[in-house]
Amino acid sequence: MSGDRLDGLSVRDVRVSFDGFTAVDGVSLEVPAGDIRFLIGPNGAGKTTLVDAITGLVRATGSVRFGADELLGRPVHRISRLGIGRTFQTSSVFEELSVLQNLDIAAGARRGWATLARRRRGVPDEVAAALETIGLAERAEHLAGTLAHGQKQWLEIGMLLVQDARLLLLDEPVAGMSHEERDATGALLETVSRDRTVVVIEHDMDFLRRFARSVTVLHAGRVLSEGTVAQVQADPRVQEVYLGHPVDAGSAPTGLEA
Amino acid sequence: MTAVTPAPPSTAVDPAPVSAVPPSRPGGRPRLRTAAGFAFGAALLFAVAPLVLSDFRLSLLAKYLCVAMVAVGIGIAWGRGGMLTLGQGVFFGLGGYAMAMHLKLADAGPAGMPDFMQLYGQLDELPLWWRPFASPWFALPATVLLPMAVAFGLGSLVFRRRVRGAYFAILSQALAAAMVILLIGQQGTTGGTNGLTDIKGFFGYDLDDPVNQRMVYFIIAGTLLALLALARQLIHSRYGELLVAVRDGEERVRFLGYDPASVKLVAYVVAAGMAGLAGALFVPAVGIISPALIGIVPSIEFVIGVAVGGRATLLGPVLGAVAVAWARTALSERFPGTWTYLQGLLFVVVVAFLPGGLASLWALARRRDGSAAPARRGWSPLARRRAARRTEVPAA
Repeated sequence: MSGDRLDGLSVRDVRVSFDGFTAVDGVSLEVPAGDIRFLIGPNGAGKTTLVDAITGLVRATGSVRFGADELLGRPVHRISRLGIGRTFQTSSVFEELSVLQNLDIAAGARRGWATLARRRRGVPDEVAAALETIGLAERAEHLAGTLAHGQKQWLEIGMLLVQDARLLLLDEPVAGMSHEERDATGALLETVSRDRTVVVIEHDMDFLRRFARSVTVLHAGRVLSEGTVAQVQADPRVQEVYLGHPVDAGSAPTGLEA
Repeated sequence: MTAVTPAPPSTAVDPAPVSAVPPSRPGGRPRLRTAAGFAFGAALLFAVAPLVLSDFRLSLLAKYLCVAMVAVGIGIAWGRGGMLTLGQGVFFGLGGYAMAMHLKLADAGPAGMPDFMQLYGQLDELPLWWRPFASPWFALPATVLLPMAVAFGLGSLVFRRRVRGAYFAILSQALAAAMVILLIGQQGTTGGTNGLTDIKGFFGYDLDDPVNQRMVYFIIAGTLLALLALARQLIHSRYGELLVAVRDGEERVRFLGYDPASVKLVAYVVAAGMAGLAGALFVPAVGIISPALIGIVPSIEFVIGVAVGGRATLLGPVLGAVAVAWARTALSERFPGTWTYLQGLLFVVVVAFLPGGLASLWALARRRDGSAAPARRGWSPLARRRAARRTEVPAA
């Protein structure tokens, strides 16, 4: 199914408030189909909350369209079935299940009860393909809880692939990874973006410079700047937020200036 | 169904050479072992027990096996699904009362009324809601379907509102309390505190006859084996894997496109049906159903047996339930009054030191052997610790 349709994400004037505190304050952004868009910004800028709003975890006003489908107002599992997949800052694979079982479950949201009542036999094609893509074919029968940190993150991405997500929202996918693991993850993102749209929340600026195709900078719930890596780096407002902010002054090794 | 990325030649993700995915199930041998296990269980229940045990002990075992049926259901709902069902007495009671009502009506004959109604009912005729139970074609399916329907109604309300954990446990327990109060309050039509007692016949067979008691025992043993087979299929099916995923990451499952409420609902309804069937068979085995047998205390006792045996395993709940029920009889024969304390102590010890129950000792021993397969379905203290460390999906 993936590959048939390559859709872009269109966020219009999205607002999220918790008890009077406005976490996302009128964000609009367009992520064209097949992009690898990085969302960056200081802590509390509203990056994760924006993803929460897109995936239905928090209530929001405004409009979020993926392709032709309006996402806001739908329950989480319905949004997921429209082809939107996400990962979380903390790994959330099912540790008591094997890698294979994790992927099989991710692949199965459209299965009927008759299939569910039967035992899994063999490995579905899309699961086998994903195992190869994320490089965990060797560990298919291992419990997900025994994987290394980086491998868990790849399993998460693999779950999005078999889930047939056409929009991947990744929340800090390389946090805590070694250099080699980061490189591998970046290569993986480039591979999957061939027929998918990818949005990445990331603090790692080196990773961003290498793999971002476009960048949106959020600050205090608003879009501060948008463009290519070079454009964003050159934006004086971005430099001010990262370097001139009184709180962050001297303690913001963002690498943006490099 | 889905064609994923036309497998990239090399994404350099893992330096290790990628080999073919091993088959998920090595084939016929586990199936053979299962068949052998069932044959062994059947031999034990159908040949050894009737030979070794006196009629009295055999009828006690019949009673324990009914408790074990409830335990199989709790193992699915709680062990695999994470729903701590502290009110299974409700479903056990619904099944038990449905069966007892039918048997009382059958005892009374076509025109008669159950004895207790004439004693303190001041009723001239059978209450309307009793009437359908005169027919076995209604009463027998009702013993299973009625509890399932109640569980369905309750579960649909509760799971969609994301009531879980301790709140769900308290709610289910409150339901057990409410049911008991209702039964006691309606003495004229339910028998009140006494319940429905003095049941003499079972579809034409005299229950005082030891031969017929033995037959009831065989029916119960057979039903338990059938429920175990059903539970096994459920646990090993894709649904069973999904249920564990919902237990360990309900929010995560939602983001994969499932509605966890319906996944949990199925397990809850199945567990209720098993408890109902157990209640229905309990009645001919013991000859009575009463509020004291289905209230809060028996509901908790059902859970204790499951916890002791090992909630996430197939056989753990059954063995635990039988062991605890047997210990209860044995110990209260010798030291009446101390059993309640012992039972409480047992529960605390198991929860604190052996959360996987006695079954996890077996798993631990096998792991020490080094023969354990890498992917294990069991529930062990080690795995549990890992699960506890796993952080929840951030809610908002």
